[in-house]
Amino acid sequence: MDVRSRNRVTVTGRSGGPVVVLAHGFGCDQHLWRLVVPLLERDFTVVLFDHVGAGRSDLSAWSPERYSTLDGYTEDVLEICRELDLGPVTFVGHSVSAMMGVLAAAREPKAFTGLVLLAPSPCFVDDPANGYRGGFSAEDIDELLGSLDANYLGWSGAMAPVIMGNPERPELGEELTNSFCRTDPDIARSFARVTFLSDNREDLADVTVPTLVAQCSRDAIAPPEVGEFVRSRIRGSRLVTLNATGHCPQLAAPEETAAAITDFVGATRR
Amino acid sequence: MNISGETGSGDHRAPGKQAGTEHAAFSALLEDSAEDLYEHAPCGYLSTLMDGTIAKINTTLLDWLGHERGDLVGRRTFSDLLTVGGRLYHETHFAPLLRIQGEVSGIALELRTTDGGRLPVLVTSTVKTGDDGRPLLIRTTVFDARDRRAYETELLRARRQAEREREELMRLNATLQQTLLPPTLVNVPGLDVAAYYHVASTDMVGGDFYDLFPLSAGTWGLFLGDVCGKGAAAAAVTSLARYTLRAAAVYDPDPAAVLSNLNTVLNHEYNGHDPRFCTVVFGLLTPEGEHGGFRITLASGGHPPALLLHADGSVDQVDTPGGQLIGVLPDAHIATATVHLAAGDTLLLYTDGLTEARQARTGDGDRYGDEALLHFARALAPTTASDAVAAIRDLLDTFGTGIDDDTAVLAINVPRPTNEEQQ
Repeated sequence: MDVRSRNRVTVTGRSGGPVVVLAHGFGCDQHLWRLVVPLLERDFTVVLFDHVGAGRSDLSAWSPERYSTLDGYTEDVLEICRELDLGPVTFVGHSVSAMMGVLAAAREPKAFTGLVLLAPSPCFVDDPANGYRGGFSAEDIDELLGSLDANYLGWSGAMAPVIMGNPERPELGEELTNSFCRTDPDIARSFARVTFLSDNREDLADVTVPTLVAQCSRDAIAPPEVGEFVRSRIRGSRLVTLNATGHCPQLAAPEETAAAITDFVGATRR
Repeated sequence: MNISGETGSGDHRAPGKQAGTEHAAFSALLEDSAEDLYEHAPCGYLSTLMDGTIAKINTTLLDWLGHERGDLVGRRTFSDLLTVGGRLYHETHFAPLLRIQGEVSGIALELRTTDGGRLPVLVTSTVKTGDDGRPLLIRTTVFDARDRRAYETELLRARRQAEREREELMRLNATLQQTLLPPTLVNVPGLDVAAYYHVASTDMVGGDFYDLFPLSAGTWGLFLGDVCGKGAAAAAVTSLARYTLRAAAVYDPDPAAVLSNLNTVLNHEYNGHDPRFCTVVFGLLTPEGEHGGFRITLASGGHPPALLLHADGSVDQVDTPGGQLIGVLPDAHIATATVHLAAGDTLLLYTDGLTEARQARTGDGDRYGDEALLHFARALAPTTASDAVAAIRDLLDTFGTGIDDDTAVLAINVPRPTNEEQQ
């Protein structure tokens, strides 16, 4: 299995610079980082990739077994690090990918100089018995699956080969409206389940590498107390609240997001 | 209605009264203020700041939702109007796309109304940028999609059902296919045997078949064939052919007689407007005394020639010229040939799914062909039954989607004596 084409790995930026791996969350693909990448390229080797099933990853590599939990995705992250062989990296995980970073760093701490958890949530579903508020009920998640289905007809199986089948002419994919967030409905459902029904609260304590928790102001998906929860469970981690609103600071406030990453990498290298 | 009035053609010079009415209607339209057009447009309209805060919203949308303007403007965000599931979708798909592309169109979402109801809508947004290219605000139109959603839900239900039924069909086909093939090949002392069945399409059960079975007095029968057509009707013929061949071989094991009896049965069963026919090769295996090896008498009705891959690496086509399709004519001509299978020799039977396959590699849709297969066999010989079948399997894999038809392969081989036995 060729990891680079499976995950559509892109390496850019300053060769030999500190390595920053940017991992996108549920919904879109590595294009989500497009406004941040130019700000990081000068100082860092920047690694981008698509999760299997998203963007222009190799759809044939997706299987319901491997990707029915975060473990399969986590294994992919570690495989990408091994394949590129660039030494320890700073892993920046957005949304659900933040938890992949947590699991990966717990499993192989030596592979990471640090973690940036961008708008993370270890558990989206409320757990009133333990006084935890993730922001959503199980019914809310079912409703999201309904929303995915409502836009299901917009996805055509015939479209996938057009997007996936022109690796030598990526611009063909670019022209397709909404293609960044166009996912095979079965894969989208599965990834939505993994994203919104995983509970990684217990895993946070296993992180031993330096960690920055960066949450947004007014995030409809990850409320402020969730960011505080993550900080309190990862020893020595730091929490910053960005001015950016919404759930995607890398799009809403690329400068601020890039600055937070740059400062963190600088601090961990001292 | 022609409302331009200034194009000067004669057609619109209608009698005075009607022209006057038109003019009045046209004037009323012009007097329709931009404000009124916005407020009472037949679709919902709103503008938000980049963080989603509602800055402006039209009366149509307020009426749909049951909100007062003052409750929303400056106080709530667009995503506050959505159902929770819709909000998750908005944050993970819609908002990022809008940032990346500057516009998103036709996304299905649901809005919550103040009376607790839900309004299915189709949402289109564009980002207005300032002179410096900085995004300033988001303009959004909202279309009532109740009818369309009901229609789509029905489509989705139908599509889901079709998918379930297709899976069921595939399972049925796979089960049916299995019943047409022997679960395992019988063990023949002194013979190494292997077979493979390649399914070209999981949507249709194919018509290839093979078997190997004991007959009286230490002899063995084998056959391999291909029923014309696919699907349930072909499967019925396959089933009939299989059982007829086995019964006929017990009745009279002479290979030509076996095929002749099958021909008679197919002619009787499928006479008239629905003729069904097949190609078959039937073989009778007789062990040859103390030297090991087998004598094989093959009878063929219109089937591609078997290949004999000798221990010395040479390859012969076992020609059975003039054998006619089984089931077409009341008295089909059946050709026979007898070969000897010595130690290290392999006999390979196959159906034409293999030779008729289009080659993906050449890209021009050329059929693989008899000549190429002969060449392939020469490179393979000498071989064993399992190696030959494995090689054909790999060859079929290289054709990918170029295989239209199912392919059955059956190989028998007399193993070479081991070193110990030779000494």
